[in-house]
Amino acid sequence: METLILLAPLVGAVICGFGWRAIGETTGQVIATVLVFVAACLSWIVFLTHDGVTETVTLLRWIESGSMAADWAIRVDRLTAIMLVVVNSVSALVHLYSFGYMAHDDNWRTGEHYKARFFAYLSFFTFTMLMLVTSDNLVQMFFGWEGVGVASYLLIGFYYRKATANAAAIKAFVVNRVGDFGFALGIFALFYLTDSVRFDDIFAAAPRLAVTELRFLWADWNAANLIGVLLFIGAMGKSAQLILHTWLPDAMEGPTPVSALIHAATMVTAGVFLVCRMSPLYEYAPDATAFITVLGAATAFFAATVGLVQNDIKRVIAYSTCSQLGYMFVAAGVGVYSVAMFHLFTHAFFKAMLFLGAGSVIHATHHEQDMRNYGGLRRHIPLTFWAMMVGTLAITGVGIPLTHIGFAGFLSKDAVIESAYVGSSFAFWALVVAACFTSFYSWRLMFMTFFGEPRAKVHGHHDRPGHGHGDDGHDGHADHTPHESPAVMLVPLAVLGLGAVFSGMIWYDVFFGKEDAVRSWFGLPVAEAHADAGAGHGATAAAGAEAGHGTAHAHGAAEAAHGDAAGVPGLTVPGQGAIFMHPDNTVLHEAHYVPTWVKLAPFVAMLIGLAVAFQFYIRRPDWPERLAANQRPLYLFLLNKWYFDEIYDVLFVRPARWLGDALWRQGDGAVIDGGINGLAMGVVPWLTRLAGRAQSGYVFHYAFAMVVGIVILITWMSLSAGN
Amino acid sequence: MTGTADLLILLPELVLAVFAMAALLAAVYTEKDGLTPLLIWATAGMFLLVAFWIGVQPAGARAAFGGMVVDDAFARFAKVTILLSAAAVLMMSQDYLIRRGLGRFEYPVLITLAVVGMMLMVSAADLMTLYVGLELMSLSLYVVAALRRDSVKSTEAGLKYFVLGALSSGILLYGASLTYGYAGTTSFAGILSTLDAEVPLGLLFGLVFMLAGLAFKVSAAPFHMWTPDVYEGAPTPVTAFFATAPKVAAMALMARLAFDAFGAIPGDWGQVVAALAVASMFLGAIAAIGQRDIKRLMAYSSIAHMGFALMGLAAAAAGDPRVAAAGVQATLIYMAIYVVMNIGTFAFVLSMERDGRPVTDIAGLNQFASREPTKALCLLLLMFSLAGVPPLLGFFGKFAVLKAAVDAGMAWLAVAGAIASVIGAFYYLRIVYFMYFGREAEVLDSRMAPAQWLTLTLASAAMLAGILNLFGVEPLAAMAADSLVR
Repeated sequence: METLILLAPLVGAVICGFGWRAIGETTGQVIATVLVFVAACLSWIVFLTHDGVTETVTLLRWIESGSMAADWAIRVDRLTAIMLVVVNSVSALVHLYSFGYMAHDDNWRTGEHYKARFFAYLSFFTFTMLMLVTSDNLVQMFFGWEGVGVASYLLIGFYYRKATANAAAIKAFVVNRVGDFGFALGIFALFYLTDSVRFDDIFAAAPRLAVTELRFLWADWNAANLIGVLLFIGAMGKSAQLILHTWLPDAMEGPTPVSALIHAATMVTAGVFLVCRMSPLYEYAPDATAFITVLGAATAFFAATVGLVQNDIKRVIAYSTCSQLGYMFVAAGVGVYSVAMFHLFTHAFFKAMLFLGAGSVIHATHHEQDMRNYGGLRRHIPLTFWAMMVGTLAITGVGIPLTHIGFAGFLSKDAVIESAYVGSSFAFWALVVAACFTSFYSWRLMFMTFFGEPRAKVHGHHDRPGHGHGDDGHDGHADHTPHESPAVMLVPLAVLGLGAVFSGMIWYDVFFGKEDAVRSWFGLPVAEAHADAGAGHGATAAAGAEAGHGTAHAHGAAEAAHGDAAGVPGLTVPGQGAIFMHPDNTVLHEAHYVPTWVKLAPFVAMLIGLAVAFQFYIRRPDWPERLAANQRPLYLFLLNKWYFDEIYDVLFVRPARWLGDALWRQGDGAVIDGGINGLAMGVVPWLTRLAGRAQSGYVFHYAFAMVVGIVILITWMSLSAGN
Repeated sequence: MTGTADLLILLPELVLAVFAMAALLAAVYTEKDGLTPLLIWATAGMFLLVAFWIGVQPAGARAAFGGMVVDDAFARFAKVTILLSAAAVLMMSQDYLIRRGLGRFEYPVLITLAVVGMMLMVSAADLMTLYVGLELMSLSLYVVAALRRDSVKSTEAGLKYFVLGALSSGILLYGASLTYGYAGTTSFAGILSTLDAEVPLGLLFGLVFMLAGLAFKVSAAPFHMWTPDVYEGAPTPVTAFFATAPKVAAMALMARLAFDAFGAIPGDWGQVVAALAVASMFLGAIAAIGQRDIKRLMAYSSIAHMGFALMGLAAAAAGDPRVAAAGVQATLIYMAIYVVMNIGTFAFVLSMERDGRPVTDIAGLNQFASREPTKALCLLLLMFSLAGVPPLLGFFGKFAVLKAAVDAGMAWLAVAGAIASVIGAFYYLRIVYFMYFGREAEVLDSRMAPAQWLTLTLASAAMLAGILNLFGVEPLAAMAADSLVR
């Protein structure tokens, strides 16, 4: 079944991408979509029936070179099951949605075929993403990692006639390359130290890595921390964390379904998945996880501030994604990997939903993306409005405080924030403030789009230069009144809506709520949790260690295979379940006993954001402009995304361009071309003429040359023999 | 003291010599030139028979006539190469000779005598045999160069060749006499035995003079000056012959002299050979660029190729016998491949004509591919192979000598060879360019007799097919090299 899940999208991609000429474009699309739906259904079966025990299905030996061996395998554990559901569900719905969204597109000329290509790319992406999440070794994971990068590149630059789309695609690829370099170095280091790329071997070696020193960049580092940071650099690139985040907003150049699938729900969460997957390593890398926490919190805060002032509807959601990814990294960084996965899981539903809803809005308004030109759309597109409303309620975290009833985001985000309170006060405050901002920009989006007076100009925007955000085409529409999207676009919204509402409540216990449930769900030893719980609120590190001791004894007999580790007090074996939590790691436990004000903080922050947004955009719509005018430097700072792009332009792009230009003009042009051309067109012909002149045709010249030759040889021989 | 055993060893040469006399007499007393076609075929057949005969001789080295002549694997390899190439050239030029009114019955006879001379050269174990063989070959070649007596160019070529050849013979003889004077013997083995730590300068002078004389025969720079003029002036079939068999013989003789007579002082002849190699490679590559006449172009091409072959010999000057054997082997392989490439190319050159008159201007090849795609493809393969483009056979020849040079610690020589081959690639590729992308012009005709066509296609097919195992030449060459280096 797992094999079928993995290969179905690949088959779909191949049939649709290469066979559509033979079977017809629509048939190709249908086949690709059906196959992904099959994969999605099977994924749910796997997810719901999985018992937490890790299984590995080896498909074939992929690489074997010396001691390096990598299989093409499917590792099924809880993490994989979660990702399978997320990836395949969202992918299937996005496939369906694209039928409506991509039906007409005036980026293409009449008669041009683009739909089959689009669907093939989507299916290809799905396949590579599955390769990533199902791998049992780092090399296969890297394959998937790069595969999704390629698919992302192809889809961002799908409108290849648009210069901005091409630039965005290249930017995404190049920025990711920086991260991938770190990731690759991490893999090299792991292979160097453990002589294996298989997760099982690496996890087993994690305690040893924690006490190993590794020389890198002229200094000695703790191996676990160094590798943790290197791997996280890869995650930073893929998940658009601060410093390497600049590609994500630009990636919105791609068609909106792509943004929903790749740049909201799945690919960008690969970094979080990586950190959770490598949790046995990170548990032994305290400095690396501290770094992750700080960077995640900073990203959550930064992206939320930028999101406050953006006017492009997709960019607002893109920064929101960036910010929410920061939340997930904070959770992973403080050591509650299950919570990170929880937020990843719920976020996939409501963020995909927001994007698809935004796509529906864009579709309805004839590819208008500037929210300043929206307004009052709720009457025209009520179904889209309600879908977006559900998404907004979910992302802002609406629910009943101090209970476990609420939208998906309410439960997962609060879990993140409560864990952050235990782990790092900086992260906690950053996330609370970010929650307030999240609420503000989300409601701002809603209010600007659906409420107030219609601000849509009567315009011939098709002729407007520089207007290139359109995704669908309705050329020749006589009227420009917004219209509701077709059913194929609304059904996915409804399905995702279900997830956005209920996914938090249903799976709260197993991700966060009940420690025993979490442990058994992720395949971790349960006894420890009992002992731990018995230690009570405020368990100290010592108590945790003691609990771990008890665990080691309790499992000592059962785990013959891990007998060596059982002898070490306070050490459970890494790599047993889907995630690993060191016995000293009591964050998950403590997060349940945080003060009440902490539990209320995100809700209050959400209310403040809502109130401010209401004040600004419903009651006094003139306030935003006045505030912007008053605080112009701050406004510009935020509007220009903290000037990251400009700084990078000065620091990297221009020097690189200058260097490239210099190497091209001076190095390649002047030195190499000049040298070769000079030789080929100057020196050699000159010598040729010389040789031609020597070939005079006179016998005495020839004889003379022979005599000269022999004189030279004789002289040389005399000299060399004399020595 | 000459016994039957001695004669038996020299029997192939004797048979060919007797055959030459018989052919001469037969033609004189019958139809004279009318007998030429038959004689050419008969001669080619004789060559093939003798080649086969020599090929099946038992292994091992035998000396004859008191050490004047030696018959070993090296000599046999060279002889078979010489005979086969001479036979191929004869067969493919028969039609050309008859049509151009060159069908003189002396031609096959002279070729036979030249071949006998070459066979003697590669078997030489004494300065006397060396000289006699060399002169037998040279005198025959002087005459055939001027075969077209009524053509100024042809006679000029013959005369130039003769005058310069005489000078080179003088140089060679001077070297031989110096060597004899210092060594007190003309036998190679005797010379070798007199060499000890302190080699008299006079003996070295003798060595250099003799190498210079042989360098003339292989047309290595700076003793190459005759080559372009003679190649251009001589009738094309004669040029084809010049470019192949005599080169093999002279190269083999050079290796023979270097090892059998001066094997104890490889450093001394090695540096001379290396200098000749570098000079030839670069001169051949550079000077050919200016050529418009394909025969002159092939002359420079062969100068460059001789440079590469000499590189293998220079590598053989390394002290280590195994490396030395590899060097000689590389030279032999290179020569064998070179001969095949040249025969194929000349088969094509023979067919170049316009309005029934032979054409040798390479501009005539413009747009040739659109007219004769198959022949153009064959020539393309040959040109790429001559340039040393992988994966064609010519590449493996170059690779063998370059590798030998590197293994012998002469990386600089290999680098120089690589640079020269890059320069040289230009004019081979230009021919291809003319054929496929050249401007519209009067396209030449290419009338081919079946033998020519067969030779062309076989040679170009060999460029591709040979990459599998080099037709088994490699182990044979290795055996030959071992017998020489010992």
